[in-house]
Amino acid sequence: MEELLEILKEIKPDVNFENNKNLIDDDILDSFDIVTIVAAIDKEFDIQITAKDILPENFNSVEAIYNLIQKIEEE
Amino acid sequence: MKNILEYLEKTAEKYKDKLAFADTNREVSYSELVNNSKKIGSYIGNETIINRPIAIFIDKTVNCLEAMFGTLYSGNFYTIIDTKSPKERINLILNTLEPIFIITDTRNLEKAKEIGIDKKIYVYEEMIEKSIIDNNKLEKIRNKMIDTNPMYILFTSGSTGTPKGTVISHKAVISYASWVVGTFDINSNTIWGSQTPFYFSMSITDVFSTILSGATFYIIPKMYFSFPVKLLEFINEKKINSIYWVPSALCIVANFKALDEVELPTLKKVLFAGEVMPVKQLNMWINKLPNTMFANLFGPTETTDICTYYIVDRKFKNDESLPIGKSCNNCDVLIVKDDGTEAGNGESGELCVRGSFLANGYYNNPEKTKSVFVQNPINKCYPETIYKTGDIVKYNEYNELIYLSRKDFQIKHMGYRIELGEIENATNGIDGIIICACIYDTENSKIILFYQGEELTEENLLSAVKEKVPTYMCPNKIIKLPKMPYNANGKIDRVKLKNILKGE
Repeated sequence: MEELLEILKEIKPDVNFENNKNLIDDDILDSFDIVTIVAAIDKEFDIQITAKDILPENFNSVEAIYNLIQKIEEE
Repeated sequence: MKNILEYLEKTAEKYKDKLAFADTNREVSYSELVNNSKKIGSYIGNETIINRPIAIFIDKTVNCLEAMFGTLYSGNFYTIIDTKSPKERINLILNTLEPIFIITDTRNLEKAKEIGIDKKIYVYEEMIEKSIIDNNKLEKIRNKMIDTNPMYILFTSGSTGTPKGTVISHKAVISYASWVVGTFDINSNTIWGSQTPFYFSMSITDVFSTILSGATFYIIPKMYFSFPVKLLEFINEKKINSIYWVPSALCIVANFKALDEVELPTLKKVLFAGEVMPVKQLNMWINKLPNTMFANLFGPTETTDICTYYIVDRKFKNDESLPIGKSCNNCDVLIVKDDGTEAGNGESGELCVRGSFLANGYYNNPEKTKSVFVQNPINKCYPETIYKTGDIVKYNEYNELIYLSRKDFQIKHMGYRIELGEIENATNGIDGIIICACIYDTENSKIILFYQGEELTEENLLSAVKEKVPTYMCPNKIIKLPKMPYNANGKIDRVKLKNILKGE
């Protein structure tokens, strides 16, 4: 989780990821951010997030993104 | 016909109950669209106050479209303000525009009050509820209109930081939209899936070709462009058969391999413009949709949206660049060299445009207008205005126009004339590169390459670039960015890149 937070903060230093649970619904992350975040996670966690998993509900909060990573790591 | 509303009314007569425009919350038929727009026009209209600017402060919704047409019924012209834009930028626009009032809806009312302190504000919902159509008044207003009157003012970010307001007339939109309808066979069976904002010139193409032809137009929620699978499912759900998107939207779909997840049986036309479409990602689309038409459109806001186009008719390698083709019907282009003469065979020069697609000029900005809307240097016989695009182009061996770079991106480095766009093109074709951009550090005579993508060693990246461009064009410095900066229109922000370089 700490590692993920660091990645997110590097990409969007102006966003309070700890408290925001509506990153997508509130328009905080745009499509360029999603591309960047997915690429960074793929690299840092050595996984591959595929189009099927790139859904709003998986990116609305740090917890959601973290759960997604864990799900993919288990597969 | 002299007024875009005449086209709207003609289409509405033919396709009364057909779905015209839809967003996530509401849909309107053509007759409802005309009715609501007439209500707004009757409410705000005044025969003695015509041909004046009105600012529309509404999100990309059906409400916004009705406010646009309502403004035209009142005999005035509009500017769509980006509701998400910073207050300072909105102020700069309003200072230049000096609108007679602002139209907003209840959703944006509070914010509109903040930005338009001393301006009267009309609220969409209130007008629709209270207004009664006054056909007599609307007719009197229409009789006073001519086709060279402005229809809207579209603000683009000027290089100096002050937004420029391009004045587009009814005549320009009618001429341009007629070309779109004719060339791409837009008709009542067309179903557009719209991506671009209404304050961006690309939206003229799908919105007004819809008006001319009786097509159906779906506003795709912006959020879907972050989630490609959802986006493609939306296309299928609405049976969208035509799209006109910026390349970055098409690239996201391709890069996430969403085309492997969802088939697109209804999609028949894919048009794009606004920036260079990377061939690598275009090929991913073409491979999945071999029977779909792909077309590269090219042009500035000052020619309504587009002046040249190329319908993809052959295969391109990933590191080749796509032609911008030939001029649109009823639009002419010429290539003018620095000395004011026309470029000869294979010579490059500045792309200049003549004809009815041209803007009237920049609003409240005679100096800027004079610098780019000039007398045709080739024509010495009668007054004729051309628009200098600032784009360097040439013809290739197929007699197709090729985009080389912006005039300001053409650099002189070690005695060579170099188009930075060519280096970008070569780099974008390299595996692992998501996007790149080049700038020239004039002070130190260095080509700087910025890229976003996988971690590549400078050595590997340079040797890959060297395979495609001469040594003198190789970047002298490479900077990897976690994220490429983009401006409000979704284009790479080169001013910010220069600042990043300064901070290095």
